[in-house]
Amino acid sequence: MSKIVEGLLYSGSHEWVMVEGETAVIGITDFAQKSMGNIVYVDMPDEDDEVTKDEEFGAVESVKAASDLYSPVSGTVAARNEALEDEPGLLNSDPYANWIIKVKMSDPSETASLMDAAGYGEFLDKQA
Amino acid sequence: MGFAYFPHTGEDIRAMLERIGLGSMDGLYADVPADMLFNGEFEIPDAMSEMEVRRRFKELSSMNTQLVVFCGSGAYDHYSPSVIKSVISRSEFLTSYTPYQAEVSQGTLRYIFEFQTMMAGLTGMDCSNASMYDGPTSAAEAVMMAVNCTKKKRRILLSGTLLPQVLKVVATYCHYHGITLTEIPPKDGVSDMETMEKELSSGDVAGVLLPGINRFGIIEDMTGLADAVHASKALLAVYSDPSSLAVIRTPGEWGADIVCGDAQTLGIPLNFGGPYLGFLCCRQDYVRRMPGRIVGETSDADGRRCHVLTLQAREQHIRREKATSNICSNQSLMALYATVYLSLMGPQGLKRVNDLCYGGAHYLHSGLLGTGLFTEAFDKPFLKEFVLKSKIPVEQLQKTLLDAGIFGALSCGGDLVSFCVTENRTKEEIDRLVSAVSCRHGDCRRGIDGN
Amino acid sequence: MKYYDKLIFELSEEGRIGFSLPDNPWADSSDRIPAGLRRSVPPELPQVSEPDVVRHYVNLSAMNFGVDTGFYPLGSCTMKYNPKIDEEMSEYPGFSGIHPLQPAETVQGTLRIYHELAGWLSSLTGMSAFTLNPFAGAHGELTGLMIMRAFHISRGDLKRTKVIVPDSAHGTNPASAAVCGLEVVQVRSTAEGLVDTDDLKSKLDDTVAGIMMTNPNTLGLFEKEIRQICDAVHEAGGLLYYDGANMNALLGKVRPGDMGFDIMHLNLHKTFSTPHGGGGPGSGPVGVTQRLKHLLPSPSVVKSPETGRFAIADNPEAAGRISGFMGNFGVLMKAYAYILMLGKQNVRKVGPYSVLAANYIKESLKDKYRLPIPSLCKHEFVFDGLIEANAGDPAREVTTLDVAKRLLDYGFHAPTIYFPLLFHQSIMIEPTETESKETLDAFIQAMRTIASEAVTEPDLLKNAPRNTPVRRPDETGAATRPKLVYRQDKP
Repeated sequence: MSKIVEGLLYSGSHEWVMVEGETAVIGITDFAQKSMGNIVYVDMPDEDDEVTKDEEFGAVESVKAASDLYSPVSGTVAARNEALEDEPGLLNSDPYANWIIKVKMSDPSETASLMDAAGYGEFLDKQA
Repeated sequence: MGFAYFPHTGEDIRAMLERIGLGSMDGLYADVPADMLFNGEFEIPDAMSEMEVRRRFKELSSMNTQLVVFCGSGAYDHYSPSVIKSVISRSEFLTSYTPYQAEVSQGTLRYIFEFQTMMAGLTGMDCSNASMYDGPTSAAEAVMMAVNCTKKKRRILLSGTLLPQVLKVVATYCHYHGITLTEIPPKDGVSDMETMEKELSSGDVAGVLLPGINRFGIIEDMTGLADAVHASKALLAVYSDPSSLAVIRTPGEWGADIVCGDAQTLGIPLNFGGPYLGFLCCRQDYVRRMPGRIVGETSDADGRRCHVLTLQAREQHIRREKATSNICSNQSLMALYATVYLSLMGPQGLKRVNDLCYGGAHYLHSGLLGTGLFTEAFDKPFLKEFVLKSKIPVEQLQKTLLDAGIFGALSCGGDLVSFCVTENRTKEEIDRLVSAVSCRHGDCRRGIDGN
Repeated sequence: MKYYDKLIFELSEEGRIGFSLPDNPWADSSDRIPAGLRRSVPPELPQVSEPDVVRHYVNLSAMNFGVDTGFYPLGSCTMKYNPKIDEEMSEYPGFSGIHPLQPAETVQGTLRIYHELAGWLSSLTGMSAFTLNPFAGAHGELTGLMIMRAFHISRGDLKRTKVIVPDSAHGTNPASAAVCGLEVVQVRSTAEGLVDTDDLKSKLDDTVAGIMMTNPNTLGLFEKEIRQICDAVHEAGGLLYYDGANMNALLGKVRPGDMGFDIMHLNLHKTFSTPHGGGGPGSGPVGVTQRLKHLLPSPSVVKSPETGRFAIADNPEAAGRISGFMGNFGVLMKAYAYILMLGKQNVRKVGPYSVLAANYIKESLKDKYRLPIPSLCKHEFVFDGLIEANAGDPAREVTTLDVAKRLLDYGFHAPTIYFPLLFHQSIMIEPTETESKETLDAFIQAMRTIASEAVTEPDLLKNAPRNTPVRRPDETGAATRPKLVYRQDKP
């Protein structure tokens, strides 16, 4: 069973979002890290890059797979988690404690389309 | 009649068909519509014995004329030491596949790791891939990589001093891939840095590609270029001859980000243009956007040092249409050629090769000027290849050389002709070239001494 | 095979040399190059003697497995025997010293090889003309797609920017399409493992440039409805591209041109027995039908109908130029020699014998390995892992990777694994026509033994291989902190 954290929002492409005012903190879910296996590299955008909802903003790579990351919101990259450059495996050890980017949202209402923890749980059940 | 490569006896076939549950070989194609089976006669020769094949090659070989090569232009007649042939014919190297199964491919993986180290060292870059098809395709990959690294920009500046075949191949790839090219015509035999810097200021340029030694043989002076390129957030890519990098300033020293080119100059025979050895090197920052195979070092389950294909998430079998390139092989055996060559040469040998080329080329250069039949075209520093203005019509000049058993004076447009001298050329051959020209078109005595 | 530890750099000692070159007789040396254009410090290349070099690389070769070492059942790779006469002929005196820009008159023997080989490949495949310039299969695909796009563009039909690719296709197909600026549209497979023609038809419209297919497909199955597919694609204005990776199954028996394909590539390093060389050089000639001939890339060899002499020409309407010169000539010579040896008699048996071998292995192992598609296969087939894999018991569960690694212990190369992506535990097996029944029987026996071990002693599989020069590498470590060059530890 994949871990789901209450209080976060979720996308269908397995990113989680924590809303802090106008900032969205974005990471990948436990389900996503499990299906990837050992993560060896996280391709992240630079600070000040623009991201658009439902469009690619980076990728996570394992030895035998690569998975694109889709932004759950639109806005400007305010920060990237530099710790992942040296230790991408942090996403395996605790995907919810280790965010990937923080985005200053241009339209906070976009989060309305995301799922809550219960909704994401059902979504995963349906996929299984 | 049997055939040497097919081990099947009649009894084998019968037993195998029985296991499959078929009565005859035809049953193996029962799933193919009958009208699609080919029943005609193939227009290929009757089967030959080895002796007949040998005779055929002897006959074909006699239709070629062996010439003394004084031409470069992307294919160079360097010496290939005997050790190379001995090593590359080891069938454990020759008949192996891409080293996916690292446990039984350490031989291939180890030499590719050595190759990568040597190429990075020669070019002054941090890393290298496992090699590419040839120089021009490596240039096309370098250009696509620059676009990939800079994300949204899709315009590339190309120096018109690149070899014509490099310009054409890059243009073909870019046409289909959707990259805008701006070719900047040469100025006085070298890249026009002023125009390049002007183009860069528009801010939409992803990368600049120019040669280290250009199509006229001139060593390009790139002072200040890298700063201008980086200031406009573009990448600098340099097309290089790795043999020359033992002595000329490296792309790394010039501040380049990507280096591509052909390593045919490292012991690989002319062979009518292939197989050669494209290569691609880059700075650490860009390695995950580099196309092609890459070998890395790691350890095995017992902690022993070993090597593996790595960073595969860039590649087509994982990324499919999002891969950094469609390339899924390398010129592995040719990389072995170059690795063995560089191991034998070492820093001193490769320096000696360049000294011999430089000395011979400059001897020919002054010899030809001494005939009074040529004039300087650009008067700029060169290594093994140079261009002169010919007072003799180019076709006549080429004919004169051919009659003397020499291939040289390649046309570079108008009255410009190029010559190339490698360590394989002797003083006698150079003197023969000069006197052939002077005796046919000028004063015989002026030619023989060279000047 | 035995483990040997050294890198060439670790044999290096200051002052040793391995070269034999004349002293510089010239007045000048490269030291005369202006200082600003000179390298500041010599490159860090090894300094080793000639015997050291030879022994080092021979020791490295002893850690490698090749076709000459043993059976290589690598699916979609056609690891057939590489005849020795081909190697020798590719080094025949009078060819290797030829410069690619030499006048055609001085290279008539070389150009004849191009002309004849292209003609033979055309006859063997049912196409009208071939270019021998592409360097590899993937390069051939790209060249073929360029021709496809050039065809539509030359007719002013600019909206055809999509290419259809089956979900079972080799990963290179979509990658080549992307490099060529085409958008990939995926078409489903049916439960029988064939292209879903209804799904295909629903995706055909006037934005489709064409379709890329391999037949037999990557499951080793012949696409029986190929003619209907061709008709539908042609009717919609598209072209059909044949990925020749699996041509060995059909060589001498069925021709892509007769199936209705417009463009195709061959892998000479698969079907025509040139050695893989540890990853290359290969050769990927591209063939086309009559109406696309004018689009083949430049330069090409043309024969004068009057004099019978050969010339090198640039084609004004060509889709472009994709190589510095004219491909991997050395590889072409090997394929040329191979076809001479085969001749029109033996070529007819290549496909049938390879298909015979594949079906024999399949039928001999299907009680131990899961066979998702039980029908007659062509030159290769796919198992979806072991039938008894101890699933659900993490300590004992064995995977396809474990089976593959255990095979190495038994002296066989591993099959292609985890491809095609249609199954989770794919094991893709391709024998060729050059393997004897005894070899196939020994492989079958090893696979059966492994199936038994999986149940009785799964650790043997999970810890395999043990009898190889090195054991399983830490690939995660390699990709997380890449070490891509040797760095000497300096004091």
